[in-house]
Amino acid sequence: MTVLARAIEATRQYGDVLALDRVSLDIRAGELVGLLGPNGAGKSTLINLFAGLRRPTSGVVELFGGSPLDPAIRRGIGVTPQETGLPESFRVGEIVDFVSAHFPEPVGRAELLARFGLSDLVKRQIGGLSGGQRRRLAAALAFAGRPRLVFLDEPTTGLDVEARRALWDGIKAFHEDGGTVLLTSHYLEEIEALAQRVVVVGNGRVLVDDTVPAVRGMVGARRVSLVAEDLPELPGVLGSERADGRIDLVTTDPDRLVVELVRSRVPFSGLEIRPATLEEAFLAITSKESANV
Amino acid sequence: MSNLVLAHTRFLMVEQIRVPIGLLASSLFPAISMLAFVVPFAGQDVRGATTATASLMFFGAMSAALIGLSNAVSQDRERSWNPYLRTLPAGPFPRFAGRILSTLAVMLISVIPVLVVGALFTVATITPARLLLGLGALVTGVVPFMLMGLFVGFVMASKAAMAVSQLLFFPMAILGGLLLPPQILPEFVQVVSPYVPTRGAAELIWWATAGVSPSAVSLVMLAVWTVLLAAAAVWAYRRDEGRRFS
Repeated sequence: MTVLARAIEATRQYGDVLALDRVSLDIRAGELVGLLGPNGAGKSTLINLFAGLRRPTSGVVELFGGSPLDPAIRRGIGVTPQETGLPESFRVGEIVDFVSAHFPEPVGRAELLARFGLSDLVKRQIGGLSGGQRRRLAAALAFAGRPRLVFLDEPTTGLDVEARRALWDGIKAFHEDGGTVLLTSHYLEEIEALAQRVVVVGNGRVLVDDTVPAVRGMVGARRVSLVAEDLPELPGVLGSERADGRIDLVTTDPDRLVVELVRSRVPFSGLEIRPATLEEAFLAITSKESANV
Repeated sequence: MSNLVLAHTRFLMVEQIRVPIGLLASSLFPAISMLAFVVPFAGQDVRGATTATASLMFFGAMSAALIGLSNAVSQDRERSWNPYLRTLPAGPFPRFAGRILSTLAVMLISVIPVLVVGALFTVATITPARLLLGLGALVTGVVPFMLMGLFVGFVMASKAAMAVSQLLFFPMAILGGLLLPPQILPEFVQVVSPYVPTRGAAELIWWATAGVSPSAVSLVMLAVWTVLLAAAAVWAYRRDEGRRFS
């Protein structure tokens, strides 16, 4: 498969701060990659390198085989602006037209706005939009120029469930048409719902680069769910949560936990054991990493 | 490429027209000064009225150039919209050209009220040829102030840029003889006046509009200021680029 974006041993320093530390990464045509990591892990720096906003301190960053600093190369990418930075005095349609003017074959105002459910707002000033509407507009702008590769930095932060689903559908549709996506998110549910491949970054390095199920399996965490009144101290519990009368426990060793539970003679029912979600896996990976430092 | 310059110019024009405080500031103040000072005191003296009208037109243009540009550039640098624009497939040129062209356009709009007051309420007269020449002199004379605006905008945060550009603006306007004719300024001001860039610009415009022969020292100083400020603006631009986008 063609590599659309590539980082080879890319390092980026801001003064004394090492934001990226020898990161190597290939993004191939047709992939939907989720970039996961805590704040300050280097996610935004990596996207800034790919989008041509910054140069690597050392190493190489390529886009479509060329330099991201070359405007002609950037015709193939789409980036979301921060919704707080959208110019307030402009109308929705005007912003779309302005961004579209930069591309040889733009999608066009009507189609783009329809795709993101913004058609009714074409004449509204951005200053009068809700946070969610601004978010959707910001995401739509990334697709204005028929990009081959889209960088979405936390596209659904601040959206309600319905709007989030709508935006996910838009991203999925773009991907099904052959588009390539690099997505960062705080919503791990989002990465699970959309991405096939997960890249976990922490402290400026790529910690894990694998499929969603593999990352989940790698950590080996399981979620043990049961109904009980009260539980004793149990071994190997990473986290617990009580909801709707059920107790959920995350553990790396479900067998031992169940054995201890039975031994404690506490009455329980409805026992379920399943693989942990990516969120749980992610927390386990990053906490392991910081424990090693 | 020229399409992009047009798109950026139009975009920046719309921004300025929708939030017209800068436009009002640079057109209303000189127009009011015309009504308050020029009309009653110099309204019947043809050459005095003509040069005073020209001076106040330049006063407005300079405000649009220096205060307008320094505010716009410094605010731009603080908005997250600006780095987003850098990801679009265009180099920095269309945005920069758009910034300059939209400033020039706003500047030419903002001198109209003074021109109207001068034409209606004073005996100031001008031939169409001299008016065109005068506008040419205005655009030439405003170049160092645009460069100064760029310099301040690239070097300072927006709040500081707003204050500093005003602090530079009024003393230079007074020293250059834009508000009062240089002949009636205090003696120490007359000593300094030929060396400030406002004076050179004013001399150029008085020559273009009323045929007053300009002082060579002031014109040379205008050229020197233009070169110095160009160097300062380029330095400030590169420094800012290095900090935010290297």
